[in-house]
Amino acid sequence: MRVRHLVPGRALVIALPMLFLLLFFLAPFFIVGKISVSEMETVTFKPVLTVVDGILTLKLKLANYAFLAADDLYLKTYLSSIQYAAATTALCLLVGYPFAYFMARARPAVQPALVMLVMLPFWTSFLLRVYAWRGLLAEGGWVADIIVGTGLDGLLLQLGLISAPGKLMHTPFSLVIGMSYTYLPFMVLPLYASLAKMDLRLLEAAADLGATPWVAFWRVTVPLSRAGIIAGSMLVFIPCIGEFVIPELLGGPETLMIGRVIWDEFFSNNDWPMASTVAVVMVLLIIVPLAVFSKYQAEAQEAAR
Amino acid sequence: MRLGTSATFNRRFGIGWMLAAYAFLYVPIFALVLYSFNDSPLPNVWRGFTLRWYAALVRDAELMSGLWLSLQIAFLTACGSVVLGTLAAFALVKYRRFPGRTLFSGMVSAPLVMPEVVVGLSLLLMLVSVQRALGFPERGLGTIWLGHLLLGMAYATVVIQSRLQAMPPQLEEAAMDLGARPHQVFWLVTLPTIAQGLASAWLLTFTISLDDVVLSAFLSGPGSTTMPLVIFSRARLGLNPSVNAVATVVIAIVAVGVLLASWLIARSEQRRQAELAAAAHA
Repeated sequence: MRVRHLVPGRALVIALPMLFLLLFFLAPFFIVGKISVSEMETVTFKPVLTVVDGILTLKLKLANYAFLAADDLYLKTYLSSIQYAAATTALCLLVGYPFAYFMARARPAVQPALVMLVMLPFWTSFLLRVYAWRGLLAEGGWVADIIVGTGLDGLLLQLGLISAPGKLMHTPFSLVIGMSYTYLPFMVLPLYASLAKMDLRLLEAAADLGATPWVAFWRVTVPLSRAGIIAGSMLVFIPCIGEFVIPELLGGPETLMIGRVIWDEFFSNNDWPMASTVAVVMVLLIIVPLAVFSKYQAEAQEAAR
Repeated sequence: MRLGTSATFNRRFGIGWMLAAYAFLYVPIFALVLYSFNDSPLPNVWRGFTLRWYAALVRDAELMSGLWLSLQIAFLTACGSVVLGTLAAFALVKYRRFPGRTLFSGMVSAPLVMPEVVVGLSLLLMLVSVQRALGFPERGLGTIWLGHLLLGMAYATVVIQSRLQAMPPQLEEAAMDLGARPHQVFWLVTLPTIAQGLASAWLLTFTISLDDVVLSAFLSGPGSTTMPLVIFSRARLGLNPSVNAVATVVIAIVAVGVLLASWLIARSEQRRQAELAAAAHA
């Protein structure tokens, strides 16, 4: 009972951030929705709701959505955005899970330093770190030299990730590498959090019951880190779908990403209703993973109590 | 015996994996810094040491005015985000039930993952509608600040929330028992206890704002070009040694700032622990 009255003006504490978010986060989405079904006049939009002869009429222009559905390119772009985001998530999980696992099993004294080292790149400019990959993957760059030197580019070519041997920049490969690099900490930190608080006696119990370390890993450790896997994957997957800066700097003309389409519709074509339509469909696309993510966030909060 | 060798193997594999992953994270940063000292306009061709890109930086009026604007926005964003983030974290941790709590917690964390293109586009379209109806606001520093606040608030809330949750409730209860008014409890007990969280939230939101491209691009007006926008438009065109020099300066400032901050935080934490221990013994 007492906690409830800790801060005077409880209503104010809630109302201030709530109002801010309603006004500047939620309301804009409805406006985007409205504009996506509006006809564009030279400078303004025709109102969607009008009163004509005392009768309220709703005039929706669904042409943008029809156009979106009919045009192959939009569909392809949505699909390839999902593909690149999924490939990035998979790569982050592949690299990040063992990484987080060994971090969590390191000596407790060094663990804070190891975590700090994962977070530190996050403090330096994201834009500049992405830019750095342009140098590393360009012809004669360090990473490019290693990949070409070891003949790995042949494998990438066979996988269809690059289009010519030795040419690594502006390909699906450089895009996925750039996104994985940027979002790896978002995968590692929640994984580490869930692996670090695991009760290691459970592994002893599994060993006593005859499980080999490998079996114990798959049947005890991995299921117990499920929350971390889900959180990390969502934190990588959702922002990657709409990523703009990385595809622009590291992608090529054939790496279609939806964030770039919205940008181009808005800044190059000045077609605001179309940009809004593409954005609305993208939000619908990520709403399910978003709901999973916020459900997990809420559960994690409850667990922290 | 078999267990012993497999444990050694595990250890070696683990260390190797971690070294490779850290290399993945740090090699790009290292390369940026190294090539900022390269006396060749061609990327990836090393031709000796120079400081000329740094000299050119100081004379670069476009970049310098962008930097000044970015610093102003970052400062305002960090301050605003910590205030809003503290309120939001408080509401989420201390008040378990209030109308709209689910919506509230969803909206607070959504900007963390919501693609910035969508947030920027929607905020801009709303501001344009408002501007048509009321004649303001002009796009510029204020509108960029608004967008950065949305993003910064989400990060600040996460950081401050975890700090508030880790705080033992007995501290506040004891203060109440000793007769402190609720606002005194907040200013004298709660706030000093979560001060470390506030400091790291401030620093984090400052760097996020200083780095943002997409929201700034949507919300900036003519004449309000932030530093990341300048860098981005140059980086789009290709490799550019002046960008490497900027990067090195930014990295140096951030490294010094983070080291200084963590040293100060660690010191105040030690002092606080010592005081707590002394109080417990007394």
